[in-house]
Amino acid sequence: MNQITLTVSGLSKEFNRRMIFRNVSFTISTGEALALTGKNGSGKSTLIKILSGVLTPFKGNVVFTVNGARIGPDDIKSAIGLVSPYLQLYDEFTGLENLLVLSSIRSNGSIRAGRAEALLDRFGLAARQHDLVRGYSSGMKQRLKYAFALLHAPGVLLLDEPTSNLDAEGIEVVRQVVREQQKTGVLILATNDEDEAAWCSRRFQVA
Amino acid sequence: MSAFSSTVALFSKDVRSELRTRYALNALLMFVVTAVATILFALRSDVPSPTVLSGMYWVVVFFTAMSSLSRIFVSEEERGTTMTLQLVASPSTVYFGKLFFNTALTVSLTLAVTVLYTLVFSEFFIIRTASIFFVTVFLGSLGFASAATILAAIVAKANTRGTLYPVLSFPILIVLLMTVMNATARALEGEAFSEAMGDFQILVGYILAMTGGSYMLFDYVWKD
Repeated sequence: MNQITLTVSGLSKEFNRRMIFRNVSFTISTGEALALTGKNGSGKSTLIKILSGVLTPFKGNVVFTVNGARIGPDDIKSAIGLVSPYLQLYDEFTGLENLLVLSSIRSNGSIRAGRAEALLDRFGLAARQHDLVRGYSSGMKQRLKYAFALLHAPGVLLLDEPTSNLDAEGIEVVRQVVREQQKTGVLILATNDEDEAAWCSRRFQVA
Repeated sequence: MSAFSSTVALFSKDVRSELRTRYALNALLMFVVTAVATILFALRSDVPSPTVLSGMYWVVVFFTAMSSLSRIFVSEEERGTTMTLQLVASPSTVYFGKLFFNTALTVSLTLAVTVLYTLVFSEFFIIRTASIFFVTVFLGSLGFASAATILAAIVAKANTRGTLYPVLSFPILIVLLMTVMNATARALEGEAFSEAMGDFQILVGYILAMTGGSYMLFDYVWKD
């Protein structure tokens, strides 16, 4: 099993001259799960975006290492999975097409039809995998986001509001995913829900 | 998988997406038909000179391209899929994938305008030096696509997308427009291929400068 470590040092972010958060630092390694908590507007989602590499910090840096070796910006894409409310998939493609198309675009990725179908089955979308995403409910779209995030078996899984729009059955599958990820990699989730935060071994208050 | 394969996969995704949503194709086809029909009615029985004809040809291409090429990034922004692409592809993959798509769209557009012009203005739109014409159309399309792609990426992040795109495009494309109009007039007048070499050199220089500059700038435009 790979030893993945994510080190966040002195991270600060500002929007329009307003400081969202400053001097955030923590380290997390394989086998650990971290809950990011804080008030609305405290910057939890912004921090998740920075960790996933889609936003650049104002100050500080984020370093990923696998077995002690630092991995570069392009390789990080194949090491991270993200589920969040602001992440959207393509409405004009079916659920299965979304996974295959995005997998083929992913740098260093490859098309894994069998794995894609298995994940859609796990998230209860097997019967609707050939339907256009345009016709999915918000809960089904959230399930599809999980299949997309897990398709490349990421070492680091980032979840922002992990159970939004999900029913009880969907929440239970997510709970299983969280348990598995804690065994094989790193898990970070941003939430205001006390139950979800309790899934994690550690907490970090974003202020 | 190599960066080239990822770029081809992104291009393929955009083609399939376009064929299903018709974000750009419908606007493009409607604009071409409307513009050519308007020119046809305006000309009546007048016979325009090759210079005027080539000018009208590229005016149609310019405004049609402006109405459709920006969609490549604006549609990602409007659908909220920009972040999804940022998660799976490097900036260079996105830039070249979108550039290939805009090039294919512009080449299709110029060919469609050429066919329409040949059918509608069959009496006076006669391509006497085909080699000059087709090299101009190819290089012109590449030039349009290279400028339009980076402008589309910039404009997609702005609030006033509709008006900003043509306003920004005109000063950047003026050199390209003047050169392609000049070369097209040569093709319609029947000049020798060697006479257009100066125009082709300008076009190649423009494409290289625009693509190289855009590649270096794209990382900053795409990320935040």
